[in-house]
Amino acid sequence: MIEPEPDPHSDPVLEARALQMQFQGLKAVDGISLALAPGEMLGLIGPNGAGKTTMFNMLAGSLVPTSGQIMLNGQDVTKDRPEQRLGSGLGRTFQIPRPFAEMTVLENVLTGARDQAGESVFHTWFSPRRVAREEHQNVEKARHLLDFLLLSRLEGEPARVLSGGQRKLLELARLLMADPSVLLLDEPAAGVNPSLLEVIMERIQALNAQGKAILLIEHNMDMVSRMCSRVFVMAAGRELAQGAPSDVIRDPRVIQAYLGDAA
Amino acid sequence: MLDLVAYGAFFLTIALTYAVICLGLNVQWGQTGLFNVGIAGFVAVGAYTSAILTTPATADRFGGFDLPIIVGWIGGGLATAFVTFLLGALTLRLRSDYLAIATFGAAVVIQLCMLNLVPLTGGPFGIGFIPRPFGALAGNALAFGLANFAVIAVLVLVVYLVLERLVRSPWGRVLRAIREDETAARGLGKNPVRYRLEAFAIGGFVMGLGGAAQAHFIGFIAPDNYLPILTFQVWAMLIVGGSGNMRGAILGAVLVWGIWAVSGSVVSSVFPADQQARAAALQIVLIGVALCAVLLIRPRGILGEVRIVSRHLLRDARPKASAKERPDHA
Ligand SMILES: Nc1ncnc2c1ncn2[C@@H]1O[C@H](COP(=O)(O)OP(=O)(O)OP(=O)(O)O)[C@@H](O)[C@H]1O
Ligand SMILES: [Mg+2]
Repeated sequence: MIEPEPDPHSDPVLEARALQMQFQGLKAVDGISLALAPGEMLGLIGPNGAGKTTMFNMLAGSLVPTSGQIMLNGQDVTKDRPEQRLGSGLGRTFQIPRPFAEMTVLENVLTGARDQAGESVFHTWFSPRRVAREEHQNVEKARHLLDFLLLSRLEGEPARVLSGGQRKLLELARLLMADPSVLLLDEPAAGVNPSLLEVIMERIQALNAQGKAILLIEHNMDMVSRMCSRVFVMAAGRELAQGAPSDVIRDPRVIQAYLGDAA
Repeated sequence: MLDLVAYGAFFLTIALTYAVICLGLNVQWGQTGLFNVGIAGFVAVGAYTSAILTTPATADRFGGFDLPIIVGWIGGGLATAFVTFLLGALTLRLRSDYLAIATFGAAVVIQLCMLNLVPLTGGPFGIGFIPRPFGALAGNALAFGLANFAVIAVLVLVVYLVLERLVRSPWGRVLRAIREDETAARGLGKNPVRYRLEAFAIGGFVMGLGGAAQAHFIGFIAPDNYLPILTFQVWAMLIVGGSGNMRGAILGAVLVWGIWAVSGSVVSSVFPADQQARAAALQIVLIGVALCAVLLIRPRGILGEVRIVSRHLLRDARPKASAKERPDHA
């Protein structure tokens, strides 16, 4: 399979224009503009509290920006609710996983499936065959994803028994079930052990190779350098630098931001 | 002996009308986490609507349309569904505690309407002569009691099957997901307002249906039948039986109604007539004690919520212990 080479000059699938988020006195995000090209994997890095997760919350619709604009596939989605943005193909994972704790791992994943006939009252009563058939297909797909993310063994367990790392994986599986074309991944590998880390990286790269555009928040610079051709650095709500990972990590401002006064 | 059977049939008939109401609450609270403290009002809407539709024409009151009982029941359900839909549309977008306040307020308003809209509701005296199913058998207490019981048993079975199909489906799974973590569910594309509104109105329909049925088995309704104590009883039924479990809702209704009816007859035989109104408070205390006992021994109710939502999964669950259906008593 030939990887579609991301082209930074084609129209971006996701674009933030001068986004600002003010919490009372604090400007968590202060005028960030960034663009994610089709098929691109862009790293979003920056020290703790830089405003990365806040960016995701605005891009995915959990927070309404104080000012600025968000474009998804050329459409202005700034005011769309999160559930509408998923419908337009934008999906996100949470930094702190949010499993449906009392539901089984399998049903957590099944919940991710979009446009299920069985989610309509009408079809549940009047098209039972169609509902059963879709549910069957979705179970196949969900089990496949659980396999892919090494959670098969746990499919019948309630999600609350999962470890922190497993919850991260479940979070990803559930999102993949919805099959979004643009993925916002908030530290997908945090708390995952090193041997599994390789697996997750490989899985995320495979998704990117399928043509999904990915915006990745990650503190592990080694991982970012290996996966992303371009990174965007934030600090204290502002853009610090962007470019190839090897250039960015040599940028004195970036070193200063990461090491603070110790540098 | 036959008297006892007739009485038993009557007892179960009334208990099962509560079971229908309780099934409605289970859709709202058990599956969706919607805190409805105005049950009495919604039950009253169903009861009055059905009474107005089915009683014979009356001079001093609106209606008396003399329609078949089944029309009254469905009408009662639809009227309550309409009221809950409106209330839900106004409040379900807001923070969840607003629903509690709004349902409480709605019940108060409905109570005031029953008392004051005399031309519609008959005021404090209510509506009498509500036709009873198999009224022609009324001469034979036993046959009449059993026929009534058969009617309500069929109604409970139908409501149970219809709701069970609805709730143990991807739709029910979304309800549970929203209940557990709304933000995550929205991130997966589920619109919480839509699902809550559907669950609230469907639960409302079932409550109204239960209220309508009850009116026809008692034959007479008045505002006094729909005081907040009714809301408390139905909540106790659901919690005792097992919130989130349809069978639990039915079982809880029969058990709590049993405690209520037995303690009521004890009160009326032990206490002198002038003390009985006060002694009736003992019934409420007893329900409260039963509630505490169940919560201590089985915190999730006698039959707890089943973990696997979708019935499609039970059929093709992998043959391993952990994937089997089992009530959740962690
Ligand atoms: N809902 C909120 N209300 C008030 N302040 C907030 C809120 N959310 C985030 N903040 C603040 O905004 C700043 C940026 O937080 P954010 O979570 O975006 O950082 P981050 O870059 O994701 O950090 P980390 O790498 O630690 O996850 C922090 O100072 C945080 O305290
Ligand atoms: Mg963060």
